[in-house]
Amino acid sequence: MRPLALAEDSSMTSISSSQEAVSGTRSGRISLASRFQPASLLWLALAAVLVVLVVAPISQLVITSFTHPDTGAFTLQNYVEAYGRPRHVAALFNTLKMGAATVVLSLIFAVPVAWACARTDMPGRTFARLAMLGAFITPPYLGAVGWILLAGPNAGWINRIWIELTGATEPLVNIFTFWGLVLVMASNTFFLIFVFTTTAFEMINSEMEDAANILGAGTWKTAAKITFPLIMPAILGGALLTFLISIALFGVPALLSIPARYPVVVMQLSEFFGFPLRVEVAAAYSIPLLLITVALLGLQRLILSRRGYTAVSGKGGERRMVKLGKWRWPMFAYVLLVAAITLFLPFFVLIMAAFSKVWTSGFALSNLTLRNFGYVLFEHSTSQKALIASISLGAASATIGILLALGVAYIVQRKLLPGAGVLAFLCLAPFVIPGIVLAIGFYAAYALPPVALYGTYTLLALAFITRFLPIAFSASASGIRSIHPEMEEAVRILGGGRLTAVRRVVAPLLQRTLAGGWLLIFVPAAQELSTAIFLVGPTTRVVSVVLLDMSEEGRLELLAALGTVLLVIIVAVVALGIRIMGRDFMLRREL
Amino acid sequence: MTGLALRGLGRRFGTVEAVKDVDLELKEGEFVSLLGPSGCGKTTTLRMIAGFIEPNAGTIELGGKVISSPSASLPPEKRGMSMIFQSYAIWPNMTVFENVAFGLKLRRLGREEIRRRVGEILDIVQLGDLADRYPAELSGGQQQRVALARAVVIRPAVLLLDEPLSNLDANLREEMRFEIRRMHDELKITTVYVTHDQSEAMVTSDRIAVMNKGRIEQVDPPVELYMRPRTRFVASFIGRTNFLEAKRERDVLVFDGFSVPVSALAIPLADGNAVTVSVRPHALDLSAQQPAANGRIVLEGKIARRAFLGDTWNYLFAPAGNGAALIVSAAPHKVIEDGAPAWLTIDPGQLVPIA
Ligand SMILES: Nc1ncnc2c1ncn2[C@@H]1O[C@H](COP(=O)(O)OP(=O)(O)O)[C@@H](O)[C@H]1O
Ligand SMILES: [Mg+2]
Repeated sequence: MRPLALAEDSSMTSISSSQEAVSGTRSGRISLASRFQPASLLWLALAAVLVVLVVAPISQLVITSFTHPDTGAFTLQNYVEAYGRPRHVAALFNTLKMGAATVVLSLIFAVPVAWACARTDMPGRTFARLAMLGAFITPPYLGAVGWILLAGPNAGWINRIWIELTGATEPLVNIFTFWGLVLVMASNTFFLIFVFTTTAFEMINSEMEDAANILGAGTWKTAAKITFPLIMPAILGGALLTFLISIALFGVPALLSIPARYPVVVMQLSEFFGFPLRVEVAAAYSIPLLLITVALLGLQRLILSRRGYTAVSGKGGERRMVKLGKWRWPMFAYVLLVAAITLFLPFFVLIMAAFSKVWTSGFALSNLTLRNFGYVLFEHSTSQKALIASISLGAASATIGILLALGVAYIVQRKLLPGAGVLAFLCLAPFVIPGIVLAIGFYAAYALPPVALYGTYTLLALAFITRFLPIAFSASASGIRSIHPEMEEAVRILGGGRLTAVRRVVAPLLQRTLAGGWLLIFVPAAQELSTAIFLVGPTTRVVSVVLLDMSEEGRLELLAALGTVLLVIIVAVVALGIRIMGRDFMLRREL
Repeated sequence: MTGLALRGLGRRFGTVEAVKDVDLELKEGEFVSLLGPSGCGKTTTLRMIAGFIEPNAGTIELGGKVISSPSASLPPEKRGMSMIFQSYAIWPNMTVFENVAFGLKLRRLGREEIRRRVGEILDIVQLGDLADRYPAELSGGQQQRVALARAVVIRPAVLLLDEPLSNLDANLREEMRFEIRRMHDELKITTVYVTHDQSEAMVTSDRIAVMNKGRIEQVDPPVELYMRPRTRFVASFIGRTNFLEAKRERDVLVFDGFSVPVSALAIPLADGNAVTVSVRPHALDLSAQQPAANGRIVLEGKIARRAFLGDTWNYLFAPAGNGAALIVSAAPHKVIEDGAPAWLTIDPGQLVPIA
């Protein structure tokens, strides 16, 4: 009836037909049915999902750490066991020392390159940025393998060449040392400092420096008094994040710390997760890691909210590039050196090993083979299955994570529910939980009966979604913030419900943002190790875990081949992201 | 009957009373503006009518049915209204045609029907050639027309506009005022138009509701509003004016230097001893020689200050004695030197007592 009446041409008829859309009553009561919005149910469902993903694992982690494994009673015994031995305490201090050293080396790598890329006329700046990005997207455990091939004490390429050339009897370098550990860590984590610092340099308006020049400050004085203080908060923020990531990273210590005889927290945790399995001790042992993370991120917030940061964010106008003159090429050489250490050298030898029958034999036509690839892709059932699992898990967690985050971000931005701020907080909370600690929480909450998800892909997917929820949320929230609420109100006043508005207007407008966010999750999820290591079952292994297995079995050529396949996938996906989102899609970070 | 009625409408945000006790009735097909300074509650009122905000007090009725009340409100999508937003809110992911057709598709009209009606309305707003463009390829004025077409094509029960012209440049703004009125004359849609620009309201509206601090101070046709402002706020917000203070003694109002019988005023006087009247600068007559009184009031004084504004002279007339100075507008040819003696003629029928 209504559409027919609306189709009538005379305005009288159509006005009265619009009247039928109005279902109020004379008494001033409006029927429940006409007030009901199907969206409300969705909001409640999202809140429930966040409880499952975030609240339950974290609270279960804390509860387990205080629970006696047999009696279920409250106890502090787990903490006594965890920290009662000097060896266990030493691992914690070792970890902090390693984190600090990693930060120092990261700064040495990152800051000069960031300055060169953002403020100078150095040649090859785009190349430099892409190389830094490459060092970041390549999994750190593969970097570690590359460096084992390069600087293993006996067979490492550098040592063999050194001995060949000089006739020395002792190896030149040894990756199985404290500094080896730090070098490989920093090769991956320095990228965050690079991004933060580059962004800060790009925000500085040349006029700020000109103002100091005009007042009589020379080049060096300006750098010391103006430029440096302006980028300092960014450097500190990046350094803190680098520290936090490196103390919780599992892959690099897993390959290097035991031969280096340098015990660290993550290895100790994995010992508690071995035989006999002592989840409650692992939980207790991980709590300080969690507290350190929370405290330092709080500190980072404080630093970044201070005056210095506001000045930097105050939109830079024109930037003048510093003319390096005769220092252009030396600067570029430094960038090349950093890129060689962090990316080219380790991955070159890794890829070379993938095509070798025996990796120690090096370049020779007789040594060349594709068999390793054939084996890991088609014959070795575990690695083939793991590859499929990693890609599927990456895709699933990216898709679900983005949809979930989009829903929450929408509720928060549009203030649809009282207490929506809590939902936002829950989405961002996993940011302060190291991956390996999150895994312990998920194990404690869901691995055992009654839920009994241990050994299923579901458990891994849930943990991955949670781990990358903060990325998904930031991407979604900034996307939604860019859409004027009136865009949706225009839908509603014309007769569409909220869901129609989301489907027809919000979602199409967010396509690019969402695609970018999806890739930002897929890339780390497909290679994730820290969260996976305690949650994989014997039949649900992912690529990263299979790679570790292969290294334990000493099958480095196969490892290299599988690693190369993973690299190809990652690079292809990132290249796709760059096509969709532009070169800087992973290079821009909100502080 | 599809009249719209606001009864005792109120809305607070925390401690801020954004809208207080608003009563307003629109007849079917009437065009009413909400006019007032920024922050006076216009948008809040309009968004309550649209259903985006629920009232804390009072009701909104459409065609005799309550659609908003503190206990329950019909959601916007069920009101059969349309709105034009300050940001236009044209969907950038749809072409002009798709934007305009959206509301019709929601109503499940047939393909041909939609094509015909969108075509008609695009011709009316002179966008017929641009149906396949995307909004990013349109100028600000064209986007405004798309918003207009999209809102009226569904033949809404009520059309709501929130400062629709404030993002346009001055020339276009003037043109669009007439466009909006022309569209209304053609389609006769009941319309509520929010603006802070009095000339915009004057050009477009059948009646104007002047709002101040969350309340409606006066609702009247534009001429009435100008000629007979009821409150001090309305008198000074609509055009410029002079305020004169008087004491009432029986049937006579006694001003500084002259008096007027109550019966000669523009509108009947309420009770009370102290009275303020408003008199427009244009309603006063100035001359260099003493004129004949002819039943009007003539005051002697001199020109205290003057300024030439192009299309008028602006004189400040200071009466002899201690009466307050008055602003007088005069035609460009009426030149009186600064400081020269002058005579002011007041027509008692132009004196408007205000509350
Ligand atoms: N969502 C809100 N929360 C708090 N205060 C509001 C909100 N919306 C409007 N107000 C306040 O209500 C008053 C009226 O606002 P508004 O209706 O937007 O005025 P106008 O449209 O006339 O400029 C203002 O003081 C404004 O600050
Ligand atoms: Mg407003």
